[in-house]
Amino acid sequence: MKGQSAAIAVVVAAGVMILIVFVTTYDALTLTQKRFYEDQRFADVFADLKRAPNHVAGRLRAVDGVNHVETRVSAPVRIEVPGFDEPVRGRVVSLPEEHEPLVNRLYLREGAFPPPWRADAAAVNEVFAEAHGLRPGDTFNVIIRGQLERLTVSGIVLSPEFIYQLGPNDLVPDYKRYGVLWMRERGLAKAFAMDGAFNNAVFTLRPDALSERVIELVDEFLAPYGGIGAYGREDQLSHRFLEEELDQVRTMATVLPVIFLGVAAFLLHVLMGRIIRTQREQIAVLKAFGHTNGEIAAHYALFTGLIVCAGAVAGVALGAWVADGLARLYMEYFRFPEVSFRLQGWVLAVAVFVAGGAAFLGAYGAVRSAVSLPPAEAMRPPLPERFQRGLLEQSTLWARISQPTRIILRNLSRHPLKSGLSVVGIALAGALLLVGSQLFRAIDHMVDFQYRFVLLMDIHLTFTEPTPERAARELLHKPGVRYAEGYRAVPVRLVNGSSEYQTSLLGIERDSRLRGVVDAERRPVRVPHEGILLTTYLADYLGIRPGDTVEVEILEGRRRMLPVPLAGVVEEPIGVSAYMERRAVNRLMREGPAVTGAWILADNELRETLFRELRDLARVDGIGLVGDAERAFRKHLDDTLLAFMGVVLFLSISIAFAVIYNNARIALAERMRELATLRVLGFTRFEVSWILIGEVALLTAVAIPVGWGIGVGFAYALNQAMALDMYRVPFILTPWTFAFSAAGVLVASVLSVVVMSKRILRIDMVTALKTGE
Amino acid sequence: MTVARETNGCLRSVFRTEGVTKVYDMGEVKIHALRGIDMALYAGELMVLLGPSGCGKSTLLNILGGLDTATNGTVTYRDQDLTRADERALTRYRRHEVGFVFQAYNMIPSLTARENVAIVTEIAENPMTPEEALALVGLDDRMDHFPSQLSGGQQQRVAIARAIAKRPSVLLCDEPTGALDSKTSVAVLEAIENINRGLGTTTALITHNEVIGEMADRVVRMSDGKIVDERRNDSRRPPGELEW
Repeated sequence: MKGQSAAIAVVVAAGVMILIVFVTTYDALTLTQKRFYEDQRFADVFADLKRAPNHVAGRLRAVDGVNHVETRVSAPVRIEVPGFDEPVRGRVVSLPEEHEPLVNRLYLREGAFPPPWRADAAAVNEVFAEAHGLRPGDTFNVIIRGQLERLTVSGIVLSPEFIYQLGPNDLVPDYKRYGVLWMRERGLAKAFAMDGAFNNAVFTLRPDALSERVIELVDEFLAPYGGIGAYGREDQLSHRFLEEELDQVRTMATVLPVIFLGVAAFLLHVLMGRIIRTQREQIAVLKAFGHTNGEIAAHYALFTGLIVCAGAVAGVALGAWVADGLARLYMEYFRFPEVSFRLQGWVLAVAVFVAGGAAFLGAYGAVRSAVSLPPAEAMRPPLPERFQRGLLEQSTLWARISQPTRIILRNLSRHPLKSGLSVVGIALAGALLLVGSQLFRAIDHMVDFQYRFVLLMDIHLTFTEPTPERAARELLHKPGVRYAEGYRAVPVRLVNGSSEYQTSLLGIERDSRLRGVVDAERRPVRVPHEGILLTTYLADYLGIRPGDTVEVEILEGRRRMLPVPLAGVVEEPIGVSAYMERRAVNRLMREGPAVTGAWILADNELRETLFRELRDLARVDGIGLVGDAERAFRKHLDDTLLAFMGVVLFLSISIAFAVIYNNARIALAERMRELATLRVLGFTRFEVSWILIGEVALLTAVAIPVGWGIGVGFAYALNQAMALDMYRVPFILTPWTFAFSAAGVLVASVLSVVVMSKRILRIDMVTALKTGE
Repeated sequence: MTVARETNGCLRSVFRTEGVTKVYDMGEVKIHALRGIDMALYAGELMVLLGPSGCGKSTLLNILGGLDTATNGTVTYRDQDLTRADERALTRYRRHEVGFVFQAYNMIPSLTARENVAIVTEIAENPMTPEEALALVGLDDRMDHFPSQLSGGQQQRVAIARAIAKRPSVLLCDEPTGALDSKTSVAVLEAIENINRGLGTTTALITHNEVIGEMADRVVRMSDGKIVDERRNDSRRPPGELEW
């Protein structure tokens, strides 16, 4: 019973563990986020503008509903870190001169905040400092508006604004190539030509304030100062990413434990029932000695309880360990001062209740049928099981089937329910494997799509402001540039009735070679002369179809609302893009042929020289390397998904093993006599083993395709539940996905057979034949 | 009677045991199941081994049949020393030389009567067909019945058919009528006698029923792990005449 009990405990542990892992991780992240936001007074509303004199701040403070306002200078910079040759972009944000900010406070990790009135000191975001090994006292250079400044690190900090520190145009953080710094206001304003003015404001609101109303009022006030539209917390980059990640964890925390715990409960029910059924003789003996039914029930309740407890303890320990690891992994990407990790009682209670309930139900049914027999009858071996000739025998192949194989087929077909449950149990494990590998493949596919079909450039430049298009052409003369193409990006809000979405409208060349615009079949889509192209997701989100009109609110310069027809939809797995022909965007903006950035195809050998030249261009404020971004993105996926896959793989194989092993063990117990008889009749050990192994093999063979079917259903459900806006994971099934699921199940069944075969080899004919006599 | 005699007038033995002991080591207690058995089983004879339960007769039969091994002494089957045979040799021995019949019939419940016999004929070297074997025990009309559809006596006759279908040299029967009423027992004993007489299969039969001893060529009596008496019947009584 040791092996079988252990196998059941593993199933309990798996269910409990998965629930704890996801619920606890989700809880840890939300709790940590909440505390950090509160402690650091994270802003509710954010506004960017071109330039407003400082006295406007007083009027903003008076806006109804506003609690605190902090006006700031926020400047894009290029950073040069000693010993790191590649281009580094960054942002410097100002701190009030003599006090700590009222909104978006910094959390000091090490060193000190920049001393008041010092223009050459900066606080550095922790991830960037870590990536470059910067410590308080170290120095580095920044280029603000083409002007080189030498800064000393005063301290290492964390900010609620940059928990997820993401550069513009990046999909995942690249800590080495993008950094955030904080300087005292006066020095930064001077360097950025913002003396006596601000270009950014952050607000906290009173609890009863409506953020939409505040945003409207703020927009009204800031419009004359080049306000490009205030936005709420939900549109703040770091917060949005964090929320999306949390959404993903929440989905997993709901879907996966339901699947796993459901599977575990189902298996426990079946396995407990079968184990107890093999013990009917012991039950009869206990009854013969005068034990009451209640005492026997109590004994099995205790037995079941012990197994469930052992499983739950292991599940909690493993779960806490994995959840802690997972939370730490998230902390690599989301910077909080500390993780508020707690194990909640209710999670544990739910897990144990579900697992225990299922086990007790299974045990109850079996014990009840065992105690209902009079002891004398129960002590007798069960009568020969009834078999009947059925469909099997009518097949023409039947005559060719050897007797041992007939035994297997008859045993399985004699108990269609039992065999069916075993098949379903094994299939569920296969299904879980399929879900995992499907997700893995789909995400891999998504990344491939993005980097092979959409982002075709090597280098991504952003300019400080709209620049004549010849700037892009001039790039062709730089060393190592094989091809270059300008683009015009405009921040916009797309509106259709009550649905709206804030994104970036990308004006690209009609036959862009560096930005792939493709349809669902990956055929290139030509950007029309007029009209806008949206991703399928965005069009669906806004509820518009090609031919409809979408209102485009331009969030730059003079803010205008323009109707633009939807010319078509494009497919893009990552990002929520809107495309127009570049000149059409220029016309929309009522400007000449301008670009705000350029994409470059470059020779790898001349990269260093090219970087140096590009860095010296005054109007370039950002240089992004697509290859690095891809690497960073893949690393992020590998870290999180591989960990996740490891857990799924471990659990699925454990479950498959538990089902198959228990099945085989019970079959062995039930057939011991039969197998011993065959040994007496002169069958070799191998020939006898076949009867059990063949059964396992047949069950596995049937279970694999069933598992595929169930798995496809599960995977589809998970895919639908995870339709996020940043990543749209495609639903892709490849032969590899199915093979992975099958291989996992096979590994588990081979393992079970190996463990089992030891027992088959030890069958003692004399003892086995004596039982029941 | 077809007991073969060697040229010098002695009976030709199929089995011979010398000083066979069997000790079960149960931790602190040692159980001496056999305490030095010297005996022989002769070609073609029907020997009945009598004794109360626990006297060691099943242990002796298991050792003769290659299901168990002796702790000490030698067991010779024809020229083969069974005490030195390894696991594979014993399997081969059981497969080709020995037919077993047990008290509990030991049918494979998932196979029909015919298939229960076929499972042996499929692996034997020169078997009769399952149909022939079942006809020998008078069950030609029940061949496609499953064990659950057969009475105890019928099941035991299938077991006998299964044991002799491979044309074994010896038939070992361990309390074949132990679970049957007297009328059914007679039918089973008749089947065994038919095999012994008709095919000349050397047969050893264990029972605690004294009356059954009368159908034997020779009766060996065991008690407490030892042979305490041995007698030869002048004539065998047909099972049909036995009553208890």
